[in-house]
Amino acid sequence: MKTITMPSFGADMEQGKVAEWNIKPGDTVHRGDIIATIETMKGLIDMEVFDDGIVEQLLVQAGSEVPVGEPIATLRLLGEVAVETPQIKTTPVEKSEKPSTPLYANNEADYTTPVSTPPSETTAAISTQPHLETAQQAISLISPAARYQAEQQGFDWRTLPMGTGPNGAIVLADIQRYFQAEKSDLNATTPVKKHTHIEHDENEQKMRQAIAAVVSQSKREIPHYYLNQDISLTHALQWLQHYNETQPPESRLLINALIYCAIAKALQKFPTFNGFFQNNRFQPAEQVHLGNAINLRQGGLMVAAIHNAATLTPVTMMEKLKDQVIRAREGHLTMSEMQDATVTISNLGDRGSDAILGVIFPPQVALIGVGRVREVAWVENHIIKPVTIVSMSLAADHRVTDGHDGARLLSKINKLLQKPEQLT
Amino acid sequence: MNHTEQLTYREAMREAIREAMQQDPSVFLMGEDVGHYGGCYAVSKGLLQEFGESRIVDTPLSESGFVGAGIGAAMGGMRPIVEVMTVNFSLLALDQIVNNAATLRHMSGGQLGVPLVIRMATGSGKQLAAQHSHSLENWYAHVPGIKVLAPATIADARYMLAMALVDPDPVLIFEHVMLYNRKEAVPKADDCPAMDQAVVRQQGSDITLVSYGGSLFKTLAAAEALTEQKISAEVIDLRSLRPLDTQTLFSSVNKTHRLLVVDEGWRTGSLAGEICALVAEHCFWALDAPPQRVCSQEVPIPYPKHLEIAATPQVEHIVTTAKQIVYR
Repeated sequence: MKTITMPSFGADMEQGKVAEWNIKPGDTVHRGDIIATIETMKGLIDMEVFDDGIVEQLLVQAGSEVPVGEPIATLRLLGEVAVETPQIKTTPVEKSEKPSTPLYANNEADYTTPVSTPPSETTAAISTQPHLETAQQAISLISPAARYQAEQQGFDWRTLPMGTGPNGAIVLADIQRYFQAEKSDLNATTPVKKHTHIEHDENEQKMRQAIAAVVSQSKREIPHYYLNQDISLTHALQWLQHYNETQPPESRLLINALIYCAIAKALQKFPTFNGFFQNNRFQPAEQVHLGNAINLRQGGLMVAAIHNAATLTPVTMMEKLKDQVIRAREGHLTMSEMQDATVTISNLGDRGSDAILGVIFPPQVALIGVGRVREVAWVENHIIKPVTIVSMSLAADHRVTDGHDGARLLSKINKLLQKPEQLT
Repeated sequence: MNHTEQLTYREAMREAIREAMQQDPSVFLMGEDVGHYGGCYAVSKGLLQEFGESRIVDTPLSESGFVGAGIGAAMGGMRPIVEVMTVNFSLLALDQIVNNAATLRHMSGGQLGVPLVIRMATGSGKQLAAQHSHSLENWYAHVPGIKVLAPATIADARYMLAMALVDPDPVLIFEHVMLYNRKEAVPKADDCPAMDQAVVRQQGSDITLVSYGGSLFKTLAAAEALTEQKISAEVIDLRSLRPLDTQTLFSSVNKTHRLLVVDEGWRTGSLAGEICALVAEHCFWALDAPPQRVCSQEVPIPYPKHLEIAATPQVEHIVTTAKQIVYR
């Protein structure tokens, strides 16, 4: 039997509310099915199941607030028999040969025990299951192969839900399934699931409350400082025009792809802006998972992580951006996208204002604001000329970095955008 | 020889001995009842008539004596094949094998060699009880200075002996008693891999099943049952227990990420344990499940048929354990 627990959709998430169950006891579920809608500080998130099985019990009612890691349902896995810890069998021979009175009237009362019973140490069931004291483990279990693969992909496996191995151990198949799910999500073949049972207004209100909680915490706890820099996009746009000339319309790049690549690559060089401030200390993240703040049409916003953004080229970045915005608006982001961002970009786009000074998303330590791409009168070599620029801002946590560091980060982004060919 | 010809394991072994004796006059066979009786398992039946008493030698019931004589003959330039009736009886010759045959090259600084081949029956399944049924080949595989082979297929029975005779050092060949009546077509000699190479008998991707000798065919049957349950098992036949072909082993485990060793020896201190340890040492980061073993129960092999079956690895047990390892 497998216990399904309240998932964590981010390091800052302490509890979640089961807004809606999509399953009932007795239902057969398949890996990848949406079994519940979980309401968190970040809004409503679809919860997937990672196993094939039959729902045995729902441990909490819809509407319950549950701490992360607490059991919320149990699942009987398909082919369950082998999963149970093997019992040491009493052989039928022993039973039938054991009469109520001893067969032999001598003092050897034990004689009726079959002599062929192996010594006790050899009957100890040798099982593939780790022997654990309790179901609630402080450490996650993972096989060496799964761990190796996860680390090769630069992925923190500790953020994964329980795996399909014994006692919830994460095994290779879980990791592979996870990455496959990420890939196939890009095709967005699954039909749009609508939360028909939940009133739209109520939904909106809850998201508003969630955003309120996050930004209040941020402004309460994080001493923000702000920097701003105007960056000329002349070279970047030239490169883009040249590139797009040879591409069919659907493959053409937008300037944002270059800007995001430059930001990701710069952040990798300045690790003090990429990570988490928790328990009074800063922990840099190993990879840059760029959180892209996406404005939802129905109101509110979502932050979706672009994994390993520093390794993307403008082309792959463009694909990610397009795909993510569509899925975010449909409510189809994966769990890892919801929880992995190490830094956030806020981009108001064409209809936005010239610049944005953002609110850091805790426990992150920086937010980069991208203003509207616009044409201005620009002085270069004592000559005034029209130039297309973008105002790039940085909101950073003063507990971790100082203005000088921030200036160097923005300057690095500027430099990268002046040599767009190097971003590929 | 006609290559589509079918031979039993027993006949293949006899052909191998006959061929060796025809090709090299220094080869001779000795052991208990190998001559007039034709061998306890009838391997040498008819060879006395063909080669005469000077080359097919019946010995007294004294394992220490005739194995020692074989070592002496080998040191003196002969290429003896010594047959010991079962591995249980070979313990009487343990001193000769471990203290003499295995050590003399090393102790003489390379001046002496013992190019001796010792053949013996091993394993259970014929209701021969606890003094004739054990699988002690791992005791010999523990000892440096000797080589230990376990031919399982008819081809290996046919061709491994010649390779063993070419080797300048003592080679022990273990013939599982349940294999003697198996019958198969014999391939060409050139198709038989070197004696120290393990062979992948079945390709697979989900789990590596390692076996040798009498357990090989149970393991292959288990692999077939697993295939029906959509588990793709790779089956490795070790063939040589010393030296071990670790390269074949490791590359398979690195591919499948899971290991199950099937070994008719007792679990404690088994060759299966050694293989698990090697894999844990060398393939740790590739493992997706703890390596497991299916071995004999830790009892002297019982006489009654049902208990003999219960005490030794069987197909069902291999299948169940393999499924646990792949978490199904």
